[in-house]
Amino acid sequence: MPENLSSDFAAAPISLWRRSVNVLVTGASVAAVLLVLLPLGAIFGYLLYKGIGSINWAFLTQTPKPVGEPGGGMANAIAGSAYILLIASTLGVPLGIGAGIYLSEYGRGTRFGNLIRFTADVLNGVPSIIVGIVAYGLVVLTQGHFSALAGGVALAIMMVPTITRTSEEMLLLVPQAVREAAYGLGVSRWRTTLSITLRTATSGVITGVMLAFARVAGETAPLLFTAFGNQYWNWKLSQPTAALSLQIFSYAISPFDEWHRQAWAGALILIVLIVASVGAVRLAASRGMLKGAN
Amino acid sequence: MANRALGAPQLTGPQPVPKEAVAVGAQAQSDLLIKAGDSRLADRMFFLAVLACGLSVLALVGLIIYELVTKSSLSWHAFGWRFFFRGEWDPVNDQFGALPFVYGTIVSSILALLISVPLAIGVAVYLTEMSPRWLRGTLAFTTELLAAIPSVIYGLWAIFVLVPLLRQYLQPWLAHYLGWTGLFEGPPYGVGMLAAGIILAIMVVPIISSITREVMTAVPQQQREAVLALGATRWEMIRTGVLRNARAGIAGAVILGLGRALGETMAVTMVIGNRAEIAKSLFAPGYTMASVIANEFSEATGDLYLSALVEVGLALFVVTIIVNILAQFLVWTVTRGTPARSHA
Repeated sequence: MPENLSSDFAAAPISLWRRSVNVLVTGASVAAVLLVLLPLGAIFGYLLYKGIGSINWAFLTQTPKPVGEPGGGMANAIAGSAYILLIASTLGVPLGIGAGIYLSEYGRGTRFGNLIRFTADVLNGVPSIIVGIVAYGLVVLTQGHFSALAGGVALAIMMVPTITRTSEEMLLLVPQAVREAAYGLGVSRWRTTLSITLRTATSGVITGVMLAFARVAGETAPLLFTAFGNQYWNWKLSQPTAALSLQIFSYAISPFDEWHRQAWAGALILIVLIVASVGAVRLAASRGMLKGAN
Repeated sequence: MANRALGAPQLTGPQPVPKEAVAVGAQAQSDLLIKAGDSRLADRMFFLAVLACGLSVLALVGLIIYELVTKSSLSWHAFGWRFFFRGEWDPVNDQFGALPFVYGTIVSSILALLISVPLAIGVAVYLTEMSPRWLRGTLAFTTELLAAIPSVIYGLWAIFVLVPLLRQYLQPWLAHYLGWTGLFEGPPYGVGMLAAGIILAIMVVPIISSITREVMTAVPQQQREAVLALGATRWEMIRTGVLRNARAGIAGAVILGLGRALGETMAVTMVIGNRAEIAKSLFAPGYTMASVIANEFSEATGDLYLSALVEVGLALFVVTIIVNILAQFLVWTVTRGTPARSHA
């Protein structure tokens, strides 16, 4: 019987046309992969090529010089980005994790939980420039001027939905039996959620926070009319603040070679920061340190 | 226990075990159980705290809608629906029409999809169906790295690398061979609609390909085996067994890419040329809804000017929300039967 079967197949060879289509499509898929990798390689190549030569001690420690004067750096922009991201994380991370806890521990399968879940997905799709308009209306108009706080609020709004949804997914991965074991020992519900469920899912939740962080770290559009940018140091919540992404933008569209050079250097620093945080998460996930994290 | 419906009157976790039930020797345990009965208030507070966090998500979206609607009312009352069909954008004389921006947004996004969809589906097909296992993880990570690059860096690269390449090589070539279509006419500046479309295409490829990959993975393995058993080649298997079953999800992925392209701001602003004109040629500079807000919002003097910009933002918001909801629904129709991505 098996011999007959195989001879049946041999008797009906796949036509030349079908075989060539198969080969052509395979080739096209490989070509698509190469075409997509090409800009990626070009972008990273250029960043390294143009950026490395321009990063020096002055770039990392000095504030921008006026047009025409060589030298100067982006120290205040690097610090400003860190400052704005700190504000954003302080506001956005607890809110996001709290909402994630609500969805996984109280809102499972309920209509209200679904509404919040859906709203978080909607919020995730809001263009970042719109978030900037809203933060402008909320904070800048109230305070009367552009400020670090407004930038932080804008980025926090963008972090919340990502953190909410990943926290929820990670908390849902914790087996129900773990919660029940805690309840069985008489541990109260809030204590179980914080010290058992959330603790078990910690690494996954941190992954979500890092992804949200990486997503907003390079954002420019929502900072244009919130943090606004600044040529000098600023540590006041209520004052305009420089940010790396804003500085890259204004230098890139300027007509000066010196500023173009610095834009590349700033971009290299920004991308290293982002890729390092994403890569660290990815590496940890692939090593199995983060259970269920993706 | 955790499945208790919202609004149930008692949200304490465990019911305290009656004291009699506790073994006499286990004094420490019984203490713990008695204390657990006192946690009702703490449980209540905790519930209210996380509920407030959940509500804040609703509040944020409500706030966005409120801000956009109230701040754009001036322009809405001045121009009504005509706002979206007027080609004039003249801040000096307080005349505002959003048509050039709507046009630029639509054309640059469609151009981006035309370029990126075949590429993204090709990448997804290669990664899910053809790639050797050892290469799959690395390639997937590398393509998704494209999604991690900030928009402003795409813009920087486009200004200094892509635009000169277009000006020197691609645009003269297109003008020579396809100039008769009228789409590739005029002086090759480099910056313009074509540059915006290409940089957008590069940016949306990872989104479309990662969602397409997700929905293709959700197609049951038996489908593939069944088609192969009928004597299909690999491509016939992919076409009839996988792509056909995943088509709604792939459509969702494409629409999700569209949503991203519509709202993308920085990279487009840096290369589209920022001129509020409608031109047939893709070489001509244009303007998009997001980039007009980015460029003019902080310098807008006059209430009507600001209000008109917010109205452009409101329109952009409504369109991207509809597009995203539609996309998520389509993806959901394919992946609903399979576990969430984090389990994959």
